[in-house]
Amino acid sequence: MAECHPVGFQWVMEAKARGATVFHIDPRYTRTSAMADVHLPIRAGSDIVLLGALINHVLSGGHEFREYVLTYTNAAHLVSEDFRDTEDLDGLFSGFDPDGRTYDPASWAYAHRSDAPPPGEVGGASGAGRGREHAETAEAETYGSGGAAADAAPATDPTLTHPRCVFQVLKRHFARYTPELVERACGIPRAEFARLADTIVACSGRDRTTAWVYSVGWTQHTAGAQFIRAAAILQLLLGNIGRPGGGILALRGHASIQGSTDIPTLFNILPGYLPMPHAGRHEDLDAYLASAGPDTGFWGRKRAYLVSLLKAWWGEHATAGNDFCFGHLPRLTGDHGHYATVLGQIDGTVKGYFVIGENPAVGSSGGRAQRFGLANLDWLVVRDLTLVETATFWKDGPEIATGEMRTEEIGTEVFFLPAASHVEKEGTFTNTQRLLQWREKAVDPPGDCRSDLWFFYHLGKRVKARMTGDEIDRPVRELAWDYPEEGPHAEPSAAAVLREIGGIGPDGRALDSYTELRDDGSTRCGCWIYCGCYAGEVNRPARREPRGGADPWIAPDWGWAWPANRRILYNRASADPDGRPWSPAKALVWWDAAAGRWTGRDVPDCEPDKPPGHRPPSGARAEQALSGTDPFIMQADGKGWLYAPFGLADGPLPTHYEPHESPVANPLYGVQANPARVVYPRPDSPYNPPRSPRFPYVLTTYRLTEHHTAGGMSRPLPYLAELQPELFCEVSPELAAERGLVNGGWATIVTSRTAIEARVLVTERMRPLRIEGRTVHQVGLPYHWGWGGDGLVTGDVANDLLPLALDPNVYIQESKAATCDIIPGRRPAGPALRELVRRYREDGDG
Amino acid sequence: MAERMGFFTDTSVCIGCKACEVACKEWNRVPDDGFVFRATSYDNTGALGANTWRHVAFIEPDRPVTGDGLDGWLMASDVCKHCTEAGCLDVCPTGALFRTEFGTVVVQADVCNGCGYCVPACPFGVIDRREGDGRAFKCTLCYDRLRGGLEPACAKACPTDSIQFGPLDELRERAEARLDRLHREGRSNARLYGEDPGDGVGGAGAFFLLLDEPEVYGLPPDPVVPTRDLPRMWRWAAAAAATLATVTTLAVLGRR
Repeated sequence: MAECHPVGFQWVMEAKARGATVFHIDPRYTRTSAMADVHLPIRAGSDIVLLGALINHVLSGGHEFREYVLTYTNAAHLVSEDFRDTEDLDGLFSGFDPDGRTYDPASWAYAHRSDAPPPGEVGGASGAGRGREHAETAEAETYGSGGAAADAAPATDPTLTHPRCVFQVLKRHFARYTPELVERACGIPRAEFARLADTIVACSGRDRTTAWVYSVGWTQHTAGAQFIRAAAILQLLLGNIGRPGGGILALRGHASIQGSTDIPTLFNILPGYLPMPHAGRHEDLDAYLASAGPDTGFWGRKRAYLVSLLKAWWGEHATAGNDFCFGHLPRLTGDHGHYATVLGQIDGTVKGYFVIGENPAVGSSGGRAQRFGLANLDWLVVRDLTLVETATFWKDGPEIATGEMRTEEIGTEVFFLPAASHVEKEGTFTNTQRLLQWREKAVDPPGDCRSDLWFFYHLGKRVKARMTGDEIDRPVRELAWDYPEEGPHAEPSAAAVLREIGGIGPDGRALDSYTELRDDGSTRCGCWIYCGCYAGEVNRPARREPRGGADPWIAPDWGWAWPANRRILYNRASADPDGRPWSPAKALVWWDAAAGRWTGRDVPDCEPDKPPGHRPPSGARAEQALSGTDPFIMQADGKGWLYAPFGLADGPLPTHYEPHESPVANPLYGVQANPARVVYPRPDSPYNPPRSPRFPYVLTTYRLTEHHTAGGMSRPLPYLAELQPELFCEVSPELAAERGLVNGGWATIVTSRTAIEARVLVTERMRPLRIEGRTVHQVGLPYHWGWGGDGLVTGDVANDLLPLALDPNVYIQESKAATCDIIPGRRPAGPALRELVRRYREDGDG
Repeated sequence: MAERMGFFTDTSVCIGCKACEVACKEWNRVPDDGFVFRATSYDNTGALGANTWRHVAFIEPDRPVTGDGLDGWLMASDVCKHCTEAGCLDVCPTGALFRTEFGTVVVQADVCNGCGYCVPACPFGVIDRREGDGRAFKCTLCYDRLRGGLEPACAKACPTDSIQFGPLDELRERAEARLDRLHREGRSNARLYGEDPGDGVGGAGAFFLLLDEPEVYGLPPDPVVPTRDLPRMWRWAAAAAATLATVTTLAVLGRR
């Protein structure tokens, strides 16, 4: 966190100054470790073993926050008799289809309560086909603002003793995740594990809370979503969700990445995490809504959210008579993720490519595949601040050097359009805690540089102008695309766009809250979770009262947080079931019986007038189905899910799988790696075999404070480039001795994809780990360099080493744990480089 | 004269982000220091000099790091000490170096003639002549910002308040309190460096809290301003001259 989020890290330092204990769990000893009370080195990719053992520690020691767990989580829910755990099936859950490598989640469901009405079809449809489709289109991403559909009336056992209740299922599932296993699989000594386990237990409960903070070190794995799930289970058991000082805090990769999933630049979701419709299955609005998430909880208002979005997009053309132009939305036919798109380019099925503020030729896994894809396009548009490698690969890329590409044979027509930087345009950032902050423009962009808003708006206008009366042109022709323009370049008004995103009522006034959204077409809203950000015709993200407003501690008048300017989600859980704070020190919101309302320091995350004692009538819909003790209002059942009966592609519980490329066998199961992971086994996407003696070392990639992502924004700047001028690898003195590596010298790092060279930094901060009785070395590689990109400093591309192996829920690549070899000296240049890699691959396969 | 202002750099909370180096160069338009991988931990600017006025030192652990994170990897942002008795100022023949109303020591580029006398006069090796330019440069403690009522760029940019700017007396009090706390927490190696007015430079206007011996950070353990001995040297020289004159006089008189 100190490395990649130094500004946010000041608050960890602040907490530390007030007595907090800071643990840092990382394969490397970093700048964060230097500030932590304890650093736990961990083998990259073994985190579920550690988290699972903490869960086991809590459950077997009876350390759970019983009252919280019983009322606020699904611990008491009974699971279907058909469910089989990975403990029963040696690493598989029930419902796995080995041919399609997907799960049918039907057997994971809750057991239905016998006296309740039948639950109907959960998640739209069941069966292997549905599971496959859910996985193929990364539908799990839709749970960014609400939970998956589930039976809202399951059978329960409040004593938590029924063998099929979630609590007991959890206990059995994690029983073999022990401190001994942590030592064997993660390389963390038992004494250090005990210190961590004892501390988090001591620092949880009524009076205290523990927070977990993670970043891409958890997400970029073939089981990354389950890493986060494991943390969620732990935090729910300890009562650390929805309370001040608790939570699981996701640090994002750079500015407004949270915003780019809220209002997505992703293929699989619409604004506000509404799922993208599927071709064939979602012919009309009703068919779509039937499988677009739960009908109970606040997600039950999904029709209002979607209709308001369609009204924002198609304005007067969207009417009840034409399904509010639902038919105008594009449809999914399968996996259209980043890596599938690249392979489509290589195969010739993807002809054109917009690359906006990204540099995939350097910044994405498997750089070679990226560049072969770029070289096979008809046209490519790159918008960036500098001439990044993605725009110049055709004349100076590594494959030109190896002779695999020849400039005159590349047919891709490349358009480079210079972009305005964040200080040269106005708009908002949405950062990690869902906080929207308005940015003023400091200076005009130079020359032809324009904002992204300008580019898309004017591109849209020009495309619209070319539309004909043909039916196929109707969706674009009817698009509401009319923002006020300002200045000499006709810059569209970012404030007007934000106001539309924030929602507009039938009277033309900005809406106050998403609860005002209607499904009859009378409201417009570009993103339902942002509804109210322009309430009272005030640009709320632009507010800048550091400690002002209703509460100096919460600072509600600094920016605006979605939803409803609520700073801590699920904060109903900060009070006990009767609505009283768990303790004075941790009071956040509470029920004021005299006033008959929820009140407190933060905006209460529940209906303000629903008393704690409220119980919903049978068959109720949307928020009416929630009781007065249900804090997780976006979930179908209002509960925090220890066990996920639906919604994940790779199982209802986190299970340890080895990374796709690992030097060791899975110590728990016969199944080595996540059986549902996404891989693309084809010649241009080669893999290191598991436990290959040719690739004996763990490879992990990361960022440095001094650079930004693939370096497009830092390598051209002298004051940053001089601070870390060359690609280097970090190795322990033991590995250096084993391989003859010299500090300051050169090393060549090899995988099945390619070999790159880096300078060597030998450091005691890299600790060899004892895994399953043998020493496992890890090689650390920052990934900021490339061959050009207007950079003042250059270097080989670390991402070229990485495989195309993805998490099956959200399609993120496994860039934190792979295998490699490392040898002293510089890599061969030209065709000899490919020859070296070929030899490795032949040896590796043999 | 205004109150004496200075820096207290608390290295126990330095996260090595180098924001101070960058902010300093941005504000003061200091050129880059070259693009050289030095294989000295995460430090690639090397040392303070004409083109690096804030420098973050990284001291790698010399033994395998253990579970206890603290003190395993030291980071410290170094800067000109703005000495009470400043050697550079004492030897400057042109008046390019002067003491400001804030008690800081500043070199004026438009007066400096590049003689370089100041370079060996600094016991910390801070001030240096810029290659290709010849004139001497160093930290000005952002004299222009101070005149405008702003804190120096490095202190402003520091996310963890490792670099604190303020009246020197107040900073010294703060540093003592911080040191006490660290000692109470069992970090007995923590110490202040440069805060003592009785030291060889009369106390520094920019002082530090270190977590190990100064030498570990590349700092002189007992810096002495070279001009401190000047009066004594002049007295010796005067005595020697007087003796010589006396002997000569006696010799001449004795002949007669």
